[in-house]
Amino acid sequence: MSKKELGLALLLIVIGGITAALNPLFLSGVNVLNMANLIGLFGVFSIGQGIIIITGGIDLSVGSMFALLGVILVDLLVNYELPWPLAVLVVLAAGLVLGLLHGLLVTRLKLQPFVVTLCGLLIYRGIARYYTQDSTTGFGYAGDSLDTLTWLASGRSFGIIPNPFLILLVVALVMAVVLHRTVFGRYLYAVGRNEEEARHSGINTDAVIIGAYLLGGSLAGLSTVLLVFYTSSVSPSSFGNFYELYAIAAAVLGGCSLRGGEGSILGIVLGTVLLQILQNLVNILGIPSSLNFAVMGGVILLGVVADQQLGRRRERIQLHRSQATAAAE
Amino acid sequence: MEVLLELEGIGKSYPGVRALDGVSLRLHRGEVLGLIGENGAGKSTLMKVLGGVVAPSEGRIRIAGHDRPSLTVPEATQAGIAFVHQELNLFDNLDVAGNVLFGREPVRGGPLRLLDRRAAREKVEPLLRRLGADFGPDAPLAELSIAQRQLVEIARALAAEARIIILDEPTSSLTLSETARLLAVVKELRASGTGLIYITHRLGEIMDCADRVACLRDGRMAGELRRDEIDHAAMIRLMIGRDLRALYTAPARAPAQGGLEILGLVTSAFPARQLDLHIHPGEILGLAGLVGAGRTTLARTLFGIDPPLAGSLRLDGKPLRIRSARDAVAAGLYLIPEDRKQAGLVLEMPIVENVTLASAPLYARFGLMRRGAEWQASEEQRLSLRIKAPSSGTRAGALSGGNQQKVVLGKWLSMAPRVMLFDEPTRGIDVGAKGEIYRLMRALADRGVAILMISSDMEEVLGVSDRIAVMHEGRISGTLERDAFSEQAVLRLAIGSEGAGTARKQAEGVPA
Repeated sequence: MSKKELGLALLLIVIGGITAALNPLFLSGVNVLNMANLIGLFGVFSIGQGIIIITGGIDLSVGSMFALLGVILVDLLVNYELPWPLAVLVVLAAGLVLGLLHGLLVTRLKLQPFVVTLCGLLIYRGIARYYTQDSTTGFGYAGDSLDTLTWLASGRSFGIIPNPFLILLVVALVMAVVLHRTVFGRYLYAVGRNEEEARHSGINTDAVIIGAYLLGGSLAGLSTVLLVFYTSSVSPSSFGNFYELYAIAAAVLGGCSLRGGEGSILGIVLGTVLLQILQNLVNILGIPSSLNFAVMGGVILLGVVADQQLGRRRERIQLHRSQATAAAE
Repeated sequence: MEVLLELEGIGKSYPGVRALDGVSLRLHRGEVLGLIGENGAGKSTLMKVLGGVVAPSEGRIRIAGHDRPSLTVPEATQAGIAFVHQELNLFDNLDVAGNVLFGREPVRGGPLRLLDRRAAREKVEPLLRRLGADFGPDAPLAELSIAQRQLVEIARALAAEARIIILDEPTSSLTLSETARLLAVVKELRASGTGLIYITHRLGEIMDCADRVACLRDGRMAGELRRDEIDHAAMIRLMIGRDLRALYTAPARAPAQGGLEILGLVTSAFPARQLDLHIHPGEILGLAGLVGAGRTTLARTLFGIDPPLAGSLRLDGKPLRIRSARDAVAAGLYLIPEDRKQAGLVLEMPIVENVTLASAPLYARFGLMRRGAEWQASEEQRLSLRIKAPSSGTRAGALSGGNQQKVVLGKWLSMAPRVMLFDEPTRGIDVGAKGEIYRLMRALADRGVAILMISSDMEEVLGVSDRIAVMHEGRISGTLERDAFSEQAVLRLAIGSEGAGTARKQAEGVPA
């Protein structure tokens, strides 16, 4: 665990402790499991976002992707009566295709990731609303044939543990290995830190960046399935609204720098946990829910400022130390 | 004659480097002082002292009636010092008037401080006319040529009522006729009483316009020439003429056949020039030339970073196609770049990850990095290259310049080099580490690696190379065998003057 992650974990414990002290219901089984479910839902696509941020990019389009892919998923299952494994595969593939599109626009046409995915945000939402004529779509009477998928995406295992949380654990474990143990992960960090040098080392930097957007896209596809079964219907004008910002917030809280090259899977997961605790504490402490965003924004700002200051102090200390050793030589 | 500027005993020390040592200089009203010296002789440091960017460690600066130990940027501007840089400091997104009056824009509307465009135009127009500019104050800067932009810089100096204008390599990107026009402007400024310091490698221009020449060498004033003493030979004599330290170690075996053959290569920097060069295995081929001669672009093109416009490569007799750095690395052709922090290292990563970055797949099984193997490889490099760091876990950014360069070397040495391109391998590296880098290069050559060493350090070029190729404006102007090495010979080829003229061969209209 790095210092950053340790600090974040500490912050989690402090905030959790205060909340629990003020209202013991915070630690009740129902509340904890409910939070775990939400953490699972938000964590999966936050990891995708984090990986893109590590390359120095950003994905603003995830929220709209949920609306578009969600509409497609419901349509495939209800109107086309596609077998559910096939429908899920189609949604995952569609996520991959959108990720590929973003990656190609960023690397081949040298467009800024912010602009590319901002356009995605507008376009996908628009298409989703047009396709459904802005009406909410749900499963209606088709629900019965979807028992397995419903259970997989929104059920509970071992009697109590929400499946989205378990899915997040699996995704986090796999992505942690990919990011921290594989050659590809090494390249991701190198490209994010110093793309010029990565190219000078003979790394196909374009392929690495496209790879990050592919991962982000497929994780967004997976999240779509989970989110659709969480709400069990999709209203295209609001489904997934602002979720890209939750993901970015989680990644930044978790230690990802928007300049790229920094961050870890553990950090991103902890960031997601912190965000959900903040959401939950607004409810459970009876803070007016209209202040929800303000609380979140305030804590993120504080966290980032503290991290910045601590980082500077560390650097100063390191500098002093290296100067001292240089002088001793 | 009124003295505008007087420097006395200016010295500047950086850790391990004495950049300036007891430099004294005087500039009179209405005088053009030519300032010459090899790359690294201390010209830029001296100019930074005058611009207020660098504070000298000792000495006095007497200017505008004040006597002070150092200048700040506002003080320098206030004292009437203005710079015309080789890299122009202008705003692409403003028009000419906006650039000329930047920081002193005329305003109207009282507290609103609205830009007064009309007043700006009226102020700038006469300046442009005086310089003989063929563009108006409203022209967007982005549409001007480099020569025109230079006039904008000079107009800016005039608008600031500069009494001392320093021109730093002003003609390095100009064509012949543009150069002639600039020299006419210089003479006009002199006639109106401005003092000018004219820094250039092109000795012909100095002969054309300078009233006096001062030469820096190794941070010291090597001497001055009066107007009637200025000639080519005298200036070259001043620029060189120092004992060469014994750096050279002879190769262990004669250069072999094969190696890298460059045939008719055209780089993007000089689209009208073709280049042929052959680097033999086992030899260190020094590539000398002035800054801007196209050497770095050549290295980047060979390494696949910049695409070539034409030409072909052969490696050990077989055709070699390089479309990206990946192809170059796969062929065993490696670059140690000039800009180590940008292109050589990931500063935030530890030594081990830097060393294995280019060969990471070699340390992986089923796509997973084997940390033990990679650590071992990195430690081997750290010990054999004697990188001064507690372990391979140290961040590359925390190392000194010399040790950073060794990490870059370690990255390639842990692989299978056949051709290595060193671009300014010892820039910013202290003397002790320099010697180590030279020994490493020689050891590599003796292992049969073909080495190209780009260097602007004359001592290094003469002291380390087995053979020297000299580049001048995009082509190889000559190669020298070891027994023909001399600073004069290299300098003559670098300046592109087989005896007298300067850029005579430079085709009109081809940007240099």
